[in-house]
Amino acid sequence: MRAPSSSAELLEILEEVKDPEVPVLSVVELGIVRDVERDGAGALVTVTPTYSGCPAMREIETEIRRALVSRGVDPVEIRTVYAPAWTTDWISDTARAKLEAYGIAPPSGRATVSATAVIRLERRAARARCPRCGSENTTLTSEFGSTACKSLRVCRACAEPFEEFKTI
Amino acid sequence: MTAPAAFPYLLALGDDRLILGHRLSEWCGHGPILEEDIALTNIALDLIGQATLFFKLAGATEGKGRSEDDLAFLRDDVEFRNALIVELPRGDFAFTIVRQMLFSVYSLLQMEALASVSDADVAGIAAKAAKETRYHVRHATQWVVTLGEGTDESHRRAQAALDESWRYTGELFIATASDSEAEKTGAGVNPETLSAPWHAQVGEILRTAGLEIPQTGYMQRGGREGRHTEHLGHLLSEMQILARSHPGAEW
Repeated sequence: MRAPSSSAELLEILEEVKDPEVPVLSVVELGIVRDVERDGAGALVTVTPTYSGCPAMREIETEIRRALVSRGVDPVEIRTVYAPAWTTDWISDTARAKLEAYGIAPPSGRATVSATAVIRLERRAARARCPRCGSENTTLTSEFGSTACKSLRVCRACAEPFEEFKTI
Repeated sequence: MTAPAAFPYLLALGDDRLILGHRLSEWCGHGPILEEDIALTNIALDLIGQATLFFKLAGATEGKGRSEDDLAFLRDDVEFRNALIVELPRGDFAFTIVRQMLFSVYSLLQMEALASVSDADVAGIAAKAAKETRYHVRHATQWVVTLGEGTDESHRRAQAALDESWRYTGELFIATASDSEAEKTGAGVNPETLSAPWHAQVGEILRTAGLEIPQTGYMQRGGREGRHTEHLGHLLSEMQILARSHPGAEW
């Protein structure tokens, strides 16, 4: 077996590593893997966490290492960076479609970063479409869901609760 | 590369978030409704995550080989630099929410200011934390308004929470020697500059909620200098017992 040599080949391997909390998306599609390069017989992988306290990061690192080592890429060094801060804007349209098909509403709109603090009293205007029936008549139950990256919503049309990827 | 002088400043950033995160984690399994149980523990997770990043950087800056776990679990109360407001017991839901709003608005202003300091390590962590904190502010603000405008009992409890916590807010805006040092080296901001925007935004939230700022001039302080309330020691004894009883344990 020929060991993969280009960054593109290494990325292809990492496409097989899924996020344990969103198993329909790979760590590459989510934007957690920022860069990967060959380093001698091994590789240097640069990652960034989705949330500061994301408890899945350790498992993700273990899985990245396992995937590469099993293809003969060894040793694997993983470097964590915090800037630029992870944003849901990095999730591609293809990945958003996968999320919706899986039953999680994709992040709505784009993350806006204001230069000054804006305290808004009104509820977020953005709409989420129900991933089950497609209705846009949905309401936010809670900003916080089963994992750091998701909110809870309920569909008024089909009455099903569902999760939505937070826009950040 | 962060200058060693920034160590106590980074410690205070981490301590505020670790201690408040621990207070919120106490709600796990005790939230008034399931969604709030989940929300408060989610916010706890964000805060403890932010504390981890500031502690990692603090440890590297200090250069004595202390890890984030060493800094969290192997220091005594007098070595903690958190503001007093975050160590107060969680109280009822109204107290937790009012305190959370007061701190989150402060934290958002602080993180947004830190996101543009010249120290790239600090700026990177702060930019990330600011994004998370926007959610915290929105959550707490909506609840403060809901409680303030809700029933007589929810209003009374929210006002009592504000009366109790307000005297601990002054400390957040007093510049300590380590604040000035960190500001000089480009790793920090002067907390005095956060005071005016904080009062404007918190004032607006409280007006909307129909709550009144207590008319007392007295402000309690001490946490930033290591003088804490009796509550911190009790919190630490619970938080640190596992790490101290089983040194080096992994789980």
